[in-house]
Amino acid sequence: MMLRKSAAVAAIAVLALTATACGGKSGSAGDKQSAQPGSSGAPQLPTYAVASNVTLDSPTFKAAKARGKLIIGSKADQPYLGFEDQSTKERSGFDVEIAKMIAADLGFKPDQIEWKTVDSGVRETAISKGQVDYYVGTYTINDKRKKLVGFAGPYYKAGADLLVRKDDNSITGKDSVKGKKVCSIVGSTPLQEIKKPEYGASVVELAKYSDCVQQLLSKQVDAVTTDDAILKGYAAKNSGKLHVVGKPFTEEPYGVGMNKDDKALRDFINSSLEKHEQDGTYKKIYDATLGLSGSTYQAPPTVVRY
Amino acid sequence: MNVLLDHFAEFRDGFIGTVEITAVSSVIALVLGLLLAGFRVSPVPPLRFFGTAWVTLLRNTPLTLLFLVSFFVVPEIFFPGMSPFLLGSLALGFYTASFVCEAVRSGIGTVPLGQAEAARSIGMSFTQTLRLIVLPQATRTVIPPLSSIFIALTKNSAIAGAFSVTELFGWQKLMSEDGYDIVPVFIWVALGYLIVTFAISGLFRLLERRMEVAR
Repeated sequence: MMLRKSAAVAAIAVLALTATACGGKSGSAGDKQSAQPGSSGAPQLPTYAVASNVTLDSPTFKAAKARGKLIIGSKADQPYLGFEDQSTKERSGFDVEIAKMIAADLGFKPDQIEWKTVDSGVRETAISKGQVDYYVGTYTINDKRKKLVGFAGPYYKAGADLLVRKDDNSITGKDSVKGKKVCSIVGSTPLQEIKKPEYGASVVELAKYSDCVQQLLSKQVDAVTTDDAILKGYAAKNSGKLHVVGKPFTEEPYGVGMNKDDKALRDFINSSLEKHEQDGTYKKIYDATLGLSGSTYQAPPTVVRY
Repeated sequence: MNVLLDHFAEFRDGFIGTVEITAVSSVIALVLGLLLAGFRVSPVPPLRFFGTAWVTLLRNTPLTLLFLVSFFVVPEIFFPGMSPFLLGSLALGFYTASFVCEAVRSGIGTVPLGQAEAARSIGMSFTQTLRLIVLPQATRTVIPPLSSIFIALTKNSAIAGAFSVTELFGWQKLMSEDGYDIVPVFIWVALGYLIVTFAISGLFRLLERRMEVAR
């Protein structure tokens, strides 16, 4: 009896192990990310020293301090950028690490962070209504948005690029998409760009990038376009099958969004970004996240204070 | 106001897109719905079964799921490279057809049985009975629920925007990506829909009045 029981337990354990192993390798949407930071060979994520006795004349910071935790807005569906594992509720990715790094400088430990998923369409509202203290999630700085929210950074210079299948050599850049099917999400800026008649591409608009990637893998479309950072994430997830062309044709400087009037917090985050770009933390973060796509590291743009 | 003036071309394209997909899928839904209602009341068991199966399956499936199937599965298996507009219209039309069918069937139910029996006794076939006697009398009752169904269809067409169909609601995504305040954007989108749905309800009110009969 005893023997049979332990045999059953062992069988279940083996089953569970193989099941998780499968989940880690396949690249379909919603799966666990492969090559988790920390596994052998992959670059390690840095750890952040939590600052103590931070004083800052910022209403957002004071409110966060009083409530004992920091609310950070992020994306949850962009692998290697802002990704939430639905089974473990753990967040990972480049943007998430940048947000954690800033939180540590502000004196908040990882368990004092409350993550909030905010979709692109409601970012300005969430920030100006104070639903999040700051927002890190492929947020392009532009003048119209600056009227509604404040931006620290840029911390990453993204640009619209093309994601293609590795066996497809016909697309080498924006000038070779004539007659090709290019997918992007409804209303996005790269979509507006590629729609221009000079490119001559036929455009497929879907609700989510993962849908586009799905269609790319099943050869319904020939390329997916959006910011290279997002594409690198998908390339890292489907390494061996997809790659980024590597010739950005727009400029999308990513910033950290926060309350428009909170200049103290904006300056603080700007300094924090500058400090960690210099001490190498930034590069470590890149290597352990987006760097896994095989794209080479590029130095971050200089922070613009305004 | 600025949002509309600055991006009127995109707004107009979206509005026309909504009108187009609504019109095309309305025609699909109306034709298919009438046919299915005929199937459901017909004396032939396989046709009855087909009608019931269609209604059960499509009326109870979320529209987003139907769109997903029509956009990701249909092109892969049957027609690669089919236009998204057509796929969207078909999904929306097939879905709405099941509601039209049930509305028409309920209308047929209001026609006294004696009418159909009298038609049969003078030698009319089933299709003749349906076409000349039952459906004309059923139409009156069917019009108010049909207008609700077509208004719902207009609003459901917003889902098509997520599947590569240019329509009104997609304009909102464009504008919020551009960094406009979402409140005025939503007001304009709502107004756009209101124009379409008001036109539909006006059309049906007109029909109702013309078919009015003192009972």
